[in-house]
Amino acid sequence: MRTKKKLNDYQLWAFVFVVPMILFFIIFFLIPAVVGLYFSFTNYNGINKMDFIGLENYKEIFSDFEYLKVIGRTAVFCVIEVPLGYIVSLGLAMLMTAKRLKGKTLFRVIVYWPTLLSTIMVGLTWRWIFGENFGVVNYVLSLVGASPIEWSSSATAAFATAVIAVIWGTAGFNMMIFIGALEQIDDEIVEAAEIDGAKGWTKFRYITLPQIKPTSFLVILTTMIGAFKVFAEVQTLTGGGPGDSTTFVIQYIYETGFEKMKVGYSSACSMVLFVVLLILSVIQNKLNKEE
Amino acid sequence: MKKTKMNVALEIVAVIVGVIFVFPVLWLVLSSFKPGNELFTFPLTFFPKNFTVENFVTAWQKMDFMLYMMNTAFVTIVATVLTVLMSAITGYALAKYRYKWMNVLFVCVLATTMLPTEVIMTPSFEVIRRLGLYNNLWGLIVPTIGSMTGIFLMRQFYITVPDALIEAARIDGANEGKIFLRIMLPIAKSTIAILAIFSFRWRWNDYIWPLIVIDDPNKYTLQLALRNLAGALSIDWTTLLAASVITMIPILVIFILCQKQIMNANTSSGVK
Repeated sequence: MRTKKKLNDYQLWAFVFVVPMILFFIIFFLIPAVVGLYFSFTNYNGINKMDFIGLENYKEIFSDFEYLKVIGRTAVFCVIEVPLGYIVSLGLAMLMTAKRLKGKTLFRVIVYWPTLLSTIMVGLTWRWIFGENFGVVNYVLSLVGASPIEWSSSATAAFATAVIAVIWGTAGFNMMIFIGALEQIDDEIVEAAEIDGAKGWTKFRYITLPQIKPTSFLVILTTMIGAFKVFAEVQTLTGGGPGDSTTFVIQYIYETGFEKMKVGYSSACSMVLFVVLLILSVIQNKLNKEE
Repeated sequence: MKKTKMNVALEIVAVIVGVIFVFPVLWLVLSSFKPGNELFTFPLTFFPKNFTVENFVTAWQKMDFMLYMMNTAFVTIVATVLTVLMSAITGYALAKYRYKWMNVLFVCVLATTMLPTEVIMTPSFEVIRRLGLYNNLWGLIVPTIGSMTGIFLMRQFYITVPDALIEAARIDGANEGKIFLRIMLPIAKSTIAILAIFSFRWRWNDYIWPLIVIDDPNKYTLQLALRNLAGALSIDWTTLLAASVITMIPILVIFILCQKQIMNANTSSGVK
């Protein structure tokens, strides 16, 4: 009898401990999610009384292609940035764990530093470098006799600058995760493979890659979601332009929801993005489990 | 012979990589010490020809830097303290009280990663407005203190703490609240330090919440002020360069002081 009371006591304490988190979860997660879903069925514009308009917002999304184009563009960005970012950060990690490399710590610190900068700073830094008339890249190009590149008036060039900036700002973070995984690889496996004559690419392909597979999945999933959420860096770097050639999903949702005040429509866009992210992580999980 | 050649090649590659990564920030910092006319006239030089701090003076006078700094510091410090407390207490409960409903809560915590603020900006804004937190610095603090990463980090730590420690304290007659405050919070010092560093950086660099919560220039954080300068039709680069260098300094100081902890925490985050 007494122990039972005690147990309930513990349970009560446990509940008290997590009350703040439960409230937080309800107020800043559950309610926004439900409200967002509700808004997406209305014509709310932040001022007037909202009317329930059913699936109109979704019809608009899937018939006028504006938002679908933005999603497609973000997907292209994702498809380019994620593999490149993966190769760069894994490459960096391999380099920084090479047994014979001297000054590892310094090199790691240098590569890691940009990941501590704010997204605004990342955008600014590269905007300063890729300035069309004053940027150092075009200056160097002029020194070697090449013609300057229109970094901000050519859609392709602007897109490239966005990819470069995002990779620069995230590579150090993923590099450290890969370093953690590479250092966990059992030396015996590597030695055994070396005795069997595995070298270079073969060793990498059949030893290293399989060993770090779970980490690779984690990094790819997070960079993929990160690519879909990319916003402040690119907004600061290119302003979404030229035209709307580097306007990605979050910037579009922000502009429609807060600048054009199409709250209902913007919420519907959010819901579509949520579904996209959900599908991406479900696929990832499935693949991960099958392996 | 072949080995030394390999070593040299390796070192050269590392140096090139290092230069590529360090150059952008270095260039920005060095540019901020150049007078305006030197910034836009070719030939550009790596080091300033006429070293000057004039840009910093103008930036400081032109913008209400002290105010933005204080706003940012207030938000960062208060939010970090609250994030640490909330993460510790939730993480502890999740690790040490094994009830079925606890698992449900854990799944809920994990679910928050699926719907980041960026994705639900408009309804989040509505919640902030209804709570009376619009144009209020607390509106940048309250919605950020429930951090999935923080809770996860603390939970991982408390799982490693033996249950016997709690049992012993219970036998001594301590109640659960006391056990947490007197024993569990102090022994988590090093994990708390890591979380605090992370939280400091998240809040200092935060852009999404300030963007949707703050409209009043008197409540601007540094990032909003930067964004405001960078979003102007014709950018005043002399001011902007100096301003951006100033906003970097606190993060740089923390990184220099806690570089090892920061990078180690990052390394292990992928393994578990």
